[in-house]
This record gives sequence, structure tokens and C-alpha cells, in this order.
Amino acid sequence: MAITMTLNGKAVSVDVPQNMPLLWVLRDELEMCGTKFGCGIGQCGACTVHQDGQPIRSCLTPVASVAGKKITTIEGLSPEGAHALQKAWMELDVPQCGYCQAGQLMSAAALLAKNSNPTDADIENAMDGNLCRCGTYIRIKKAVHLAVRMLNGSSPSEANNNE
Amino acid sequence: MNSRRFFLRVSLLSGGAMLIGGHEALAQPPQRGQAKPLDPNAFVKIAPDGVVTLTGKNPEMGQGIKTALPMILAEELDLDWKMVRVVQGDLDEVKFGSQSAGGSRSTPNNWDLLRRVGATARLMLVQAAANEWNVPVAECSTELGKVYHKASGKSVAYGEIAAKASALPMPNPDQVKPKESKDYKIIGKSMPTIDLPAMVTGKPIYSIDFKLPGMLFAVYEKCPVFGGKAVSANLDEIRKMPRVTHAFIVEGNGDVSSLASGVAIVAEKWWYANEARKKLRVVWEEGPTVTHTSVGYNAKAAELFNAKPAFAIRKDGDPEAVIASAAKKVDVKYTFPFISHAQLEPGNCAARYVDGKLEVWAPSQTPGRGLQMAALALSLKPADITIHQLRTGGGFGRRLANDYLVEASWIAKQIPNTPIKLLWTREDDMRHDFYRPGGYQHMRGAVDDKGNITAWHDHFVSFGEGEKFVPSSNISPGEFPANFLQNFAVEATLIPTAVPTGPLRAPRSNSLAWVIHSFIDELAYAAGKDPVQFRLNLLGEPRMVGKGMESYDAARMRAVLEKAAEVSGWGKRKLPKGTGLGVGFHYSHSGYFAEVAEVSVDAQKRVKVNKVWAVGDVGSEIIHPSSAKNQVEGAIIDGLSEMMNQEITIDKGHTVQSNYHQHQMVRMKQAPPEIEVHFVKSKNSPTGLGEPPLPPLLPAVANAIFAASGIRVRTLPMAKEGFKWA
Repeated sequence: MAITMTLNGKAVSVDVPQNMPLLWVLRDELEMCGTKFGCGIGQCGACTVHQDGQPIRSCLTPVASVAGKKITTIEGLSPEGAHALQKAWMELDVPQCGYCQAGQLMSAAALLAKNSNPTDADIENAMDGNLCRCGTYIRIKKAVHLAVRMLNGSSPSEANNNE
Repeated sequence: MNSRRFFLRVSLLSGGAMLIGGHEALAQPPQRGQAKPLDPNAFVKIAPDGVVTLTGKNPEMGQGIKTALPMILAEELDLDWKMVRVVQGDLDEVKFGSQSAGGSRSTPNNWDLLRRVGATARLMLVQAAANEWNVPVAECSTELGKVYHKASGKSVAYGEIAAKASALPMPNPDQVKPKESKDYKIIGKSMPTIDLPAMVTGKPIYSIDFKLPGMLFAVYEKCPVFGGKAVSANLDEIRKMPRVTHAFIVEGNGDVSSLASGVAIVAEKWWYANEARKKLRVVWEEGPTVTHTSVGYNAKAAELFNAKPAFAIRKDGDPEAVIASAAKKVDVKYTFPFISHAQLEPGNCAARYVDGKLEVWAPSQTPGRGLQMAALALSLKPADITIHQLRTGGGFGRRLANDYLVEASWIAKQIPNTPIKLLWTREDDMRHDFYRPGGYQHMRGAVDDKGNITAWHDHFVSFGEGEKFVPSSNISPGEFPANFLQNFAVEATLIPTAVPTGPLRAPRSNSLAWVIHSFIDELAYAAGKDPVQFRLNLLGEPRMVGKGMESYDAARMRAVLEKAAEVSGWGKRKLPKGTGLGVGFHYSHSGYFAEVAEVSVDAQKRVKVNKVWAVGDVGSEIIHPSSAKNQVEGAIIDGLSEMMNQEITIDKGHTVQSNYHQHQMVRMKQAPPEIEVHFVKSKNSPTGLGEPPLPPLLPAVANAIFAASGIRVRTLPMAKEGFKWA
């Protein structure tokens, strides 16, 4: 039986087994590969997407459980990279391999949606479920702060220089 | 430079584009007298519209080489980076020279080559413009993709002159002079990283994302016991599972680094294959390895420490006699574990077999070796295999092996005319790694009243057969402080193991530096000397020490050590009780690094790394400063992960740990809030940065823990000794 959800603002219907994880629905049924497979057990956060604005691990989320929900993936954050976090990530040259960064961005975006001026501790707590094997944590934290300054009106380079 | 010659070729592409290729070959006559100039290759394409396409020749795994190497070309060509496009080159080592990514070699192996290619291309463009204008070449200059004749006010864009340039005779590349460092406009600037916009918008740029129409997806179950073989399985049942298309046993070829025996399940989508796998029941022939355990290895090492070492790796003077009569001596044992690479993108590979020809899309660090292995395993001619390189989610040495490539190729050959994608689970990846080998070191040393090390003896119990170490488990006879001490010995005894081992970021150094510089710290305290002064005393006068492969530049190491002491305020800052500074340095992969860590330890052995200062000398240029700093920060955080929690243990011949919860890496809140990175620029050709910043971190932190708490870390991971992150 088809399962319908709102994916990045559009109604989407998939006819797959109820227990297929959302991650594999996204990657292999809908050909949206921005959401990444890292561990399959909710340890690494590479598969983080939003369900009604909350960050969830799509590798552990049966697709049936998101029927009728609003799902946002990295492809929906801003396809052009216009979200303040994406701009901050580029300004600070955050990634190395980049494999975890879609998940990092989605966790950070969920944080900023509910906390417009997070402290270091807020960021560390919100990002605790996202591993970065390359160790870009210091830059990720700086980039979240930079995105906040950009949302408050600074351009990326101004906000970076004003740090 | 003098020992090399460069061959370049220019050809006219349809549409008037200019194509410039080059490669380097050793000028020494090739073996057996055969003249073997390699075919030239294509690195630069200048289109009439001014867009310049540069080839990223080496595998990109997050080390930034897809940006750094094209920057070298762009610098010498005086390009406008905004007009540069970078494409990933397919595997063609005749065309491009070596295309591996390992050993921090990509920069040093390409520095001279790419500067010559770029400078030669630039000269030809200038010559073409000078001919047009009928002016001397010497009066022309280049900037941002244009040739200028300032005296007459003329200029022409590269795209407009490229066709004419490509028709000119090739200048002798040996006589083309690359730029001087002071004229650099691109090298030394953090140009926008290639693929960065694609990374932050979730574009399908990774190996795991690669798909073709009609592709089938495979899982591959290997025997949990290393080297074991699949005898039979409930294949009929598996084939009836939803969307499963194929299920078969692979006998394997007896080499786990090529094709381990197992069961392949192929389905229309990967998840269906993996679901079917849950019902798979295999009868394995586990083989003799089933008796291996980590407990057994540890017991054997303890037993071997009570016996004489089996063989000598190096012996200078008579350390035994000096230690026997010394007043101040240290006698301690260090242990470090097997660990996994744990790169975030699990092993995967795509392959298609059509009419005896194999096409592979691979995330390999050594695609050339992968091609040879696939040819051997599948009985194909190397010429019948094509390998495309795909961006990978981390390497760290795991993708120096090509087992995923051979497995995918084998499965594809069984299902001809169909593209196949093999994807491992995290559990597959962690349980079938080529692990950083564990080891045991019994360290004995003596110091005199002046603070000199008078004797050093290391009994290294490692893994192997007889005197043959398993991969990445050996210690070099030139390893520091060899050549710095008169009475110095490293001897070894090897324990046989069937656990697959291999290089992990800064192989050997990632464990040896911890032992060596922790032990030096113990000797410094035994001598009652400051740990930095003690090390400077050990390094001695600025000079080259040792010869050939063992040569070690004491001047470069002194410089980074002195700078690390300076920037960290070593000996000048009052630290609160429970907080200490520790230092370590190490030379590996052509790079000299010294690091200082400030660490707090509380009564419950909770550890907080407050700050790390890292100072490196990797030569005259830092090609991409942002990427360089990122590599150093990452190496430091990687080192912390290795110290605290990571351990692979073996029970009944198989790996116990299966996923990140059992092999933990540092998370954001455990990472140091600050890492300060400095580069000391020396007059040496630039070398790589992926590896050398890692090794000194471990002793720096361990020594800081001692300074903070009085507890010496002699066992890794530290969690086994009751430490945890604050």
C-alpha cells in the first residue's frame, strides 16, 4: 500500500514495504542520494533528515511511520545552497571528505530553527549525534555561529571577518 | 629535479581547444635497457570561451588533492580561478603517472611535474601572442587568463589564442622556469574547494551515490572467521525473497585482500538484498584461525617479554651493559591495540562486465593496484579493464586495499551485461578491515646526571612469522632516536596472526610515536629535566642525522619544537592543579611536526583536552592554507579518537566489534575547543599533510595527562585504564 508524505514541500507517494527505512526510500526509490548511509544503527547521524522540523535518523525510521509527515532532506534545505548554514559552511571551508556534512547541516538547521542564538554548549548538544570522521568539529561549530550572524544581517565575509 | 625530464605534447582539439599534456619519467635508463618514455597525457584544456578544464589526477578522499593539484597548474598558467573547472581523471597511469593517494605522497610526487606542465603551457600561449603582435616574448606578461603586451596596450584571452599556441613547437620543458614563490597568486591562497557547493547541497558526488540504469545491488557475506570458506547456504530460500535476483557462493581465491570466500545476494534495490541476508544461513569451513583470540595474543606477549628477543632490528653500542650499571633507569611496558579505519562511507564499488571487458567505478586510493588485482582474480587482461575514479567519503588507508573492487568485479562477471553495485554494511566494513596492528613494547633506558640518554633498549613484540612482520606492524631500523644515541637497540619477537592488517593514517608512526615520545618523557622525568629541554638536548645541534632512508633533519625538528614551545607558552604559564602540558614530536611522511597539548584530568580520570598547539614543517609552500589547517585539526581529533576508545579485539578468529558504538570516535563536545596551527616554512620542496600531524598528538596528550595527574598512560585505548572524556 502506498505511503504518502510531504517531501521537501511536495506530496510524494511510494509503494514499498512498510518497514523499509526512510533512508533507503530516499536513496534508492526516490533517487535522492544527499542523505547518507554510515552505520545503519543511528550512531553516526549521516542520515539525518527533518520530520516535522525535528531531526531524525532516517536509517532507523520505517517509512510507514512518516506517512502524512513533513520530511525535509538536504536537497530541500536549499538546492542552490542559499541557506545561511550552507553559505557559512562554504565560507569557512568546513568539509574534508564531506560525507557526514549533509547530516551535520540538517542537525544544525533543526537547532537554528528553534534556537536563534545558540551557545557552544547548545551546539555541542544538538550535534552530539553527528560523527565527523575527518574531525571538522571546530569548523562546524564556528560555521553555526557564523550562520547566526549572517541571519542577523551580515554577509558571509563580513560576518566571518567580524568574528 | 635534475634527475627528471619532462615530456610534453600539445594537440589541437576540435573547436580550437588547446590540450597540453605531460608526464615525468626518470632520466636514468630504464631497467634492462629498454627506452620507455611514457605517452604524454592531458592535464589542461583551454576552450575558446576561456573556460579552462584541469584534470584532478589523484583519488580525492577528503584530503583536498582535487583542489590542490589543479591550483599548481593554475598558478603556473596564470589562470583566473573563476574560469577553472576541475574534472576527475579516469585511471590511466601511462597518461597521468602515479594515481594513488597514500603516504602523503600526492603533493611531493606532483609538485615538479605540474609546475612544469603549467609553465610550459603558459610559455606557448605567450609565444603565440607574441607572434601575432610581432613583439618579443620577453615583453609580454600574463595575468588572469590573458596575455598582455603592456607597451602597446594589447591583450588577448587564452581562449582566443589557444588554437594558435597549440600549433607551436613544444619548448624544451627542462628550460622552462617555473615561477618564484614571491610571485604566487594562487598557491598559498585558499581557493574555493572543488565540490564544496555540491557537498553542502547533497549532490550525488560520492562513490556510494553512483548509479546506472538497470543496475542491480549486491551484499556480500564473508566468513566471520578470517580466511574461512563458504561451503553451502540456503540459496534456494534466499532466491525466493522479495526482489532478489541472484544468490550464489563465491569460492574466493584464498587471499582476503583480493577475494575472500562468501555469499553474494543481488537484488533490484540494495535494501531488499540486505533484508534477504537476514535469512541467510551459511555453512562455513572456518579453518585454523578460529583458535585466535586477543586474550591469547596478550598472554603470548607477556610470555615473550620474559624471554630473549627473537631477532635484532638494530643494535648500536651495548645498551644492555649501560643499563645494567646505570644509576637512573626506566623499565616499562607499553601496549596498543588493533584498530579499524572506520571511514564514514562504507566499502562499495560498481562494476559492469560486457563481452570480456570490465568497467569499474571505484572509491580506491590505489586504483592501479585495484586494476591489477581484478585482472588476476577474474583472469582478464589489464587492457580489458577500465577504472573510473569516484570521490570517496574518507580513506585513512582503508581504500589502499581493493577487496571491495575485486568483490564487485567478481559479482559483475557472474551477471554479465548488467551494472552491479556492491555496498557493505558498517558491520561488514568493521569486521573485515585491514586493521592497524596492535603491539607491545618493553622499553628500557638509562640517563646520566647531565640529562643525556645513555642507553635505549626496545623489545618490540609485534605480529608476523619468524622475522617477517605482517603489513604495517614493523619498526624501521632508522626510527627515532636511532642515530641519535650511541647505545641503542631495537629487537623484536613476532606472534603469528591471521588478522588482516594494513596501513592506517600515518602507518606505524601512529602507534610508535606514542611509545617513543612517552618513553622519552619518562626518561626526562627520571633525569629531572624539563621535557622540552630534554628533547632539544637529544636532538642536538641543527644538522642532518643518519643517511639515505634514515636521514633526519635535526634542524627542522628543532625549529618546530622550539616554535611549539614558544606558542604554547611552555614553562611560562601557571596552570591550575589538575592541568598539565605535554609535548611530542615526530617525523613521518616527509613532514616534521611538534605538538603541545594542555589537558585537565580530574580525580575520576575524566580528561578534557583544553587546547592543542601544532607546528609543522612540510616545506616551502602551504598550497591551500585552509585545507592544510583542516587536515591538521582533523589529524589531532583523529589521534584523540585512537587514544581513548578505539580497540578491535579478536575472539574465536573473528572481530568482536561491529559498529561505531563499540569503536567510538570523538564527538564534537569531546573535541578540543581550540587547535592552534602554525607552519614553519623551510627551503624544502612541499610535502604532504594527511599524515604527519597525527603521530605527535598521542604522546603530547599522554604526557600532558602525566603532567596533570601523575598517571602515566602505557596502555591504549586509555578507557581500559579507567580514563574517560570529561
